[in-house]
Amino acid sequence: MEATDSVADTNPPMAMLAELTHRCPLACPYCSNPLELKQQASELPTGDWVRVLGEAAALGVLHVHFSGGEPASRRDLVELTKAANNVDLYTNLITSGVGLTERRMNELAQAGLEHVQLSIQGTDAAEADHIAGYKGGHSRKMDVARWVRSHDLPLTINAVCHRQNIDHLQRTIDLSVELGAHRLEVATVQFHGWAAKNRAALMPTKLQDAEARRIVDAAREQLKGILVIDYVPADYHATYPKACMGGWGRIGLNVDPTGRVLPCHAAESIEGMEFDNVRDKSLADIWYQSKAFNVFRGFDWMEEPCRSCDRKAIDFGGCRCQAMAMTGNAGATDPVCSKSPLHAKLLDTVIELDAVSSPPPLVYRGR
Amino acid sequence: MTEKTPVLEADQRLSLPRGVRLRRDEVRGRTVLLSPERTMALEETAIAIVSRIDGKRTLAEIIDGLAADYKAPRDVIAGDVEAFLQQLLQRRMLEVDR
Repeated sequence: MEATDSVADTNPPMAMLAELTHRCPLACPYCSNPLELKQQASELPTGDWVRVLGEAAALGVLHVHFSGGEPASRRDLVELTKAANNVDLYTNLITSGVGLTERRMNELAQAGLEHVQLSIQGTDAAEADHIAGYKGGHSRKMDVARWVRSHDLPLTINAVCHRQNIDHLQRTIDLSVELGAHRLEVATVQFHGWAAKNRAALMPTKLQDAEARRIVDAAREQLKGILVIDYVPADYHATYPKACMGGWGRIGLNVDPTGRVLPCHAAESIEGMEFDNVRDKSLADIWYQSKAFNVFRGFDWMEEPCRSCDRKAIDFGGCRCQAMAMTGNAGATDPVCSKSPLHAKLLDTVIELDAVSSPPPLVYRGR
Repeated sequence: MTEKTPVLEADQRLSLPRGVRLRRDEVRGRTVLLSPERTMALEETAIAIVSRIDGKRTLAEIIDGLAADYKAPRDVIAGDVEAFLQQLLQRRMLEVDR
């Protein structure tokens, strides 16, 4: 009865994150990809991706986000963009910019690309290339931003912020305006995957967060109609958890480089989860029927304090992966919630991290 | 900073910038306005407004047309249209040509 209920209530997905590859030239110490990266040989071939894009559109997906790794590492990126466009999907490219050339950007624009989300790791080459672990990366990104805007494509700058760069937030905002960006996403590092290894070096202090909010509020007022700014603070500093993924299996799905379909990009950090693959089943079948999507869908799976909480339809119990990482139980209330019995322990961690006077050196992925 | 917050004026020609488009969402039986990372489900009046944004018509012409088609007082229509377009403008989903 309960299971049938949640399936019957399930709406079609709005968005698909297409993680085309895990290959990436950068080595960001906050990489959110799994610790175990998929190799090129196991990647889904072009034909399968084209079929999956068609299935996604028929299922009700409106936005496709090409991501990675670095999606430009795939030779068929232009072809896949065209295929998405053919089935009327809104196409977004989430890129580091490294691996793109002016010619390739022209081809992507012609193929019907509609939006580019470009990451930056800092506001100048020295700072940014240090974080990305890649010399020359920042300067290439500045070129990419110009090429994107030369086609009148909307540009979002994605600046992951953390303890070592959040003090340059005003400069990040100014740079975004200079580059002609429409939107700036300032998201604090999420401490999953590789990022968890560098938490002590990257967690902003509470003071830094308060200052960042002040700067963002002032800039939003000043830049109305010029730059939309989204700021995602560290959820460790929040009173209530984030509505992770807008609710499990509720809005979006994620296809990984090998074709496995995940409710969220970090879901494989949850022990015991099994994911169906688009090589074996249709996307619709996986979305509506698979165990992985139904296990935390709706409200029936919730434990207390979530189960009787009036915020459960707002934040859906928070992040399952964070609950897993901090409590060993993926069905628990996300400990960033002030109502979680484990919240006091989390606050101790925040105080401890705040007190770190000199952050430890960064541990780089693949270096 | 030289950029100025754009404002709406009656004689401006309006267009949707690249990356903002109207489409039918057959699966859900509705019409949506798509833009970066955003989906707006539009009601009939909003569809009527957005369909007239073609890079040729001015704000005043759009309001005139709607007032005639809906046989409604022009100032009522003008208020609704401007409030809606102001939202789009603030989200950079509308371009004004001067």
